[in-house]
Amino acid sequence: MSTKMRNTSSQRVNQIAPSGIRKFFDLLASMEGVISLGVGEPDFTTPWHIREAAIYSLEKGYTMYTSNSGMPELRRELSRYLKERYNLSYDPDTELLITVGVSEALDLATRAVLDPGDEVIMPDPCYVSYSPCVTLAGGIPIMVPTHEENNFELNAADIEARVTSKTKAILIGYPSNPTGAVMSKEKLLRLAEVAQRHQLLVISDEIYARLVYGVKHTCFATLPEMKESTVLLGGFSKAYAMTGWRIGYAAASKEIIAAMTKIHQYTIMCAPTMAQVAAIEALKSGESSVLEMVEDYNRRRLVMVKGLNDLGLRCFEPKGAFYAFPSIKATGMTSEEFAEKLLVEEKVAVVPGNAFGQCGEGYVRCCYATSLAEIEEALLRMGRFVKKCKK
Amino acid sequence: MINEILRILENDARTTPKQISTMTSIPLNEVAKLIKQAEKDRTILKYKTIINWDKVGEEQVSALIEVKVAPQRDVGFDAVAERIYRFPQARSVYLLSGAYDLLVVVTGKTMHEVADFVSQKLAPIEEVQGTVTHFMLKRYKEDGEILEGKEKVKRQPVIL
Repeated sequence: MSTKMRNTSSQRVNQIAPSGIRKFFDLLASMEGVISLGVGEPDFTTPWHIREAAIYSLEKGYTMYTSNSGMPELRRELSRYLKERYNLSYDPDTELLITVGVSEALDLATRAVLDPGDEVIMPDPCYVSYSPCVTLAGGIPIMVPTHEENNFELNAADIEARVTSKTKAILIGYPSNPTGAVMSKEKLLRLAEVAQRHQLLVISDEIYARLVYGVKHTCFATLPEMKESTVLLGGFSKAYAMTGWRIGYAAASKEIIAAMTKIHQYTIMCAPTMAQVAAIEALKSGESSVLEMVEDYNRRRLVMVKGLNDLGLRCFEPKGAFYAFPSIKATGMTSEEFAEKLLVEEKVAVVPGNAFGQCGEGYVRCCYATSLAEIEEALLRMGRFVKKCKK
Repeated sequence: MINEILRILENDARTTPKQISTMTSIPLNEVAKLIKQAEKDRTILKYKTIINWDKVGEEQVSALIEVKVAPQRDVGFDAVAERIYRFPQARSVYLLSGAYDLLVVVTGKTMHEVADFVSQKLAPIEEVQGTVTHFMLKRYKEDGEILEGKEKVKRQPVIL
């Protein structure tokens, strides 16, 4: 249609690669009876009391814009939540911003703090949108390899080795999607030292904070002297099974929140009102639902990890999120070959690890937020597949 | 430890000790031992299913019966409750606070059968001062399970 127009899409957009698993969508869509471990969301529906609160608000007519920063009551509840959970004090009026999922918060954070050419250091593998967000904001993503041998934790020295005069921020996301890794407090402290030494911002995506198993999540902003230089990103999607509501938040210094709010008010205006009402209910009385879901995920996690190891796909023990990240190197295939063949031959969908960065090559991401019966059936099929491949 | 095992079994009685062992990281022989013990001391009373009998067209009539009882010296309500719960027709028997004393859940093949039980077995008991029978017209939810039209929303198979 626009063949005459040159450069239809901007250079900036051309710089970013399309999502690595596009062809999977098409292949998958044409197949029946697939068990998908490729999802990235809970299989629970949002707890009824949360849905009910939103329905009730619609009945009452809460259908208009809210304040740009989000409903005051939601910011107050969020402030209380962060205080109770982490003993962090954020002023609900100036240091919190309600966003359309963490995705928006991440986009705002990168755009608000980066100048063209600024470098952002992040782990490899990591969530697929980190690097594109930085690029779209004019920044340059600098990847730091992480490895299974080190539980996919970031090593502070590896970060420091990549710091230049252009480095502006470190972007981390733990518990990690795709690896399920959780950073220990000790390791995070080392990282904080590096950030402090070089006066770097830390953008910490903690969307999976509530989904940890047998370990404690350390919020980066709680580390000594770190609150002012941390942009804490969180949300409701994973802990409260609210992915479709698109509701998240950012907590940071007054200056950064003001800068993020500036972009937010021109591009988004405000997060959906009904989702904000639902989020208030989640914060007020969602705790027992969270705990129940975490207990359930933990059981599935143990079944998934043991199952993968038993069938010869070595799997490091993920301590958070709802992903297992087994190595498929023993099969001699690349991640993409493995995922594609597994889908075609046994109708199990997993995500090739290289979609999350070069260091993800040789691994696949298996989401265990699906019923135990499906996990067991998937393991059975994968077992059959691996056996066939080894012959 | 046993509580966790019981929670899993309460949700799905078919979960095998091996599965439970994996799900809880409790060694298999320990799981088996704890379950045996729970069965023996009647912590686990029975393994059962929830069935929607309407699906196979089997008629079944249930009623909730409020029973007003004159308590007896020394034994209170227990002796009367026992006289009632010994009848197999009484599926559940509870002592309640409020306007009446015992709640009896009765199941039978026909309304007649249930009515007969009330008029011939329950009401004539000496300490029973009165009964009110509520026949169940429709079951919407049973033990946490919604019987009809349970929501099944499809997720996107792959999302990054």
